[in-house]
Amino acid sequence: MLMRASTLTARTALDSTAATGHKRFNSWQMWGALLLVPYVLVFAVFVIYPVVYGLWVARNPESYARLFQDPVFPRTVVNTLIFLLVGVNLKFLIALGLSGFFVQQKRWIQALLLLFLLPWAIPSIPTILSFRFMLNPEWGLINNTIFRLFGIDGPGWLTEPTLAFASSVLVHIWKSLPFWTLILITGRLAIPTELYEAASVDGASRWQQFRFITWPALATLYLTSTMLSMVWTLGDFNSVYLLTGGGPGDQTHVLATLGIRYLRIDQLDLAMASIVMAMPLVLPLVIFMVRRLAAGEAKLAH
Amino acid sequence: MRKYLNEARLFLIGLPVFLWTLIPIWHLTVLSFSPKDDVTAGTWLPSQFTVQNFEIIAGQKHYYLNHFWQQFGNSLFIAVVAGLLTLLIATFAAFSISRLKTRGGSVVMNFALATYLIPAAFLAVPMYKVMGQYGLLNLQWSLILAMVTLASPYAIWVLKQASDKLPYELDEAAIMDGATPLQILRLVYLPLMKPSLVAIGTYALLLAWNEYLYAFLLLSKDSDVTLAVALGHFLSADDSPWNLLMATGLVYALPPAAIYYAFRKYMVGGLTAGATKG
Repeated sequence: MLMRASTLTARTALDSTAATGHKRFNSWQMWGALLLVPYVLVFAVFVIYPVVYGLWVARNPESYARLFQDPVFPRTVVNTLIFLLVGVNLKFLIALGLSGFFVQQKRWIQALLLLFLLPWAIPSIPTILSFRFMLNPEWGLINNTIFRLFGIDGPGWLTEPTLAFASSVLVHIWKSLPFWTLILITGRLAIPTELYEAASVDGASRWQQFRFITWPALATLYLTSTMLSMVWTLGDFNSVYLLTGGGPGDQTHVLATLGIRYLRIDQLDLAMASIVMAMPLVLPLVIFMVRRLAAGEAKLAH
Repeated sequence: MRKYLNEARLFLIGLPVFLWTLIPIWHLTVLSFSPKDDVTAGTWLPSQFTVQNFEIIAGQKHYYLNHFWQQFGNSLFIAVVAGLLTLLIATFAAFSISRLKTRGGSVVMNFALATYLIPAAFLAVPMYKVMGQYGLLNLQWSLILAMVTLASPYAIWVLKQASDKLPYELDEAAIMDGATPLQILRLVYLPLMKPSLVAIGTYALLLAWNEYLYAFLLLSKDSDVTLAVALGHFLSADDSPWNLLMATGLVYALPPAAIYYAFRKYMVGGLTAGATKG
């Protein structure tokens, strides 16, 4: 009797677990969907619709014809490519070297690292404006100092198109170098020190240590970061706009500032067309990076 | 001897790095404490140390600074609301994708990642027009929502990575006790995620505080704009009071700099965790 009762209770208990299990599954999926709604809404309303609308605005081939007739456009494309290929790669070469410097655990170097992070920690507007004023050819700090030291007039940092563009690239590097150096430092810190100890016992030179230990360990991170930085640099509006405003003579624009320039003069189709022109560059990078980030995440989950 | 040689060589790298990093910031600070006459002198030190610029700012005694406190408040309001909203939306999404294993969650994650990689200045163009269609243009909510849009993808990604690392046994134990998904979220998930939530909230807050392009596109009235836009306004005239501009810039830059230093370990962690494994 007692046994029957207990099996009975066990049975009902089992049934009810199955039932709640089933209900649980449903209610979990329901709550899961419900909790995703806010982001999906934001995404649909502020990403999908604007992108679709923008592409629809840029559907007319005539917009592209007009874009190519604008003398500013070819110069902008060249500038953008230089910004990405020269600017970003220069930044990463410096970051690679500096990460080797900052990885050393000396107290003064670690103190310097804290200072070195300042450009990244400070909002870019005040510092870019500081650069702008410093580089002013007539009364800026740099040319004044050059005049005082050498008695000659310094170059027109912001009035000479090539120099003005180079200055924008430098400002961009100044701003984002600390972040990427920090990323490469964490990459270097992950390399086991025993490898270097063994190598120096074997009499490996510094270059050999870099070539056969550091670089193989850092290569993936270095390339991933370079690509990420290229995509983001395409969207760097501030370094150019706040320093040169695209001038002199609209000769220092990049695609990011040109798009906004068209928007400001109410030429939405040209703005969108200039952005669409960047898509062959952006899309492969985005697809590649989404795969890589999603894969990295899967690995982390294990 | 060799030791000193090595130290000297390191110093030869350290000194240029030091100068390169600090000269623009030094220049910003020096001008902030300089009288008006110093502006065109191009000197490394103020001819006379003064806090007059900050008095003018605090008293709103200049044409460009008539709305300083209002604009400071706008920046703060927009940053805080955008930070909280991002936190709310991203936490829900990350919990749903990572813990409830909602169907379609990984698709949403991939779309979010793609958004994260779209250059912000490109999305700004159609977003500006669409905000006009929604009737949000010139309202601070347009900037808040734009910032939430830009901050959520990274927030979801980082929070999802952190969530995946929490042991599932915790959820299972809670389920055995009859907890509903919302109870798990509130009683198990949120307390364990606290460090990541602090970091992500800070990230979104700073993103919104620092934003210039979207702010100057979406807002226009002097009493509506953020400090970032107000700083840009100084450029509209040739005879700008640069010492005042730099002092305002310093006031604007200090809060985020302080926060960055306090949280810098969290800030860089999420991105590197993903990137090193990739």
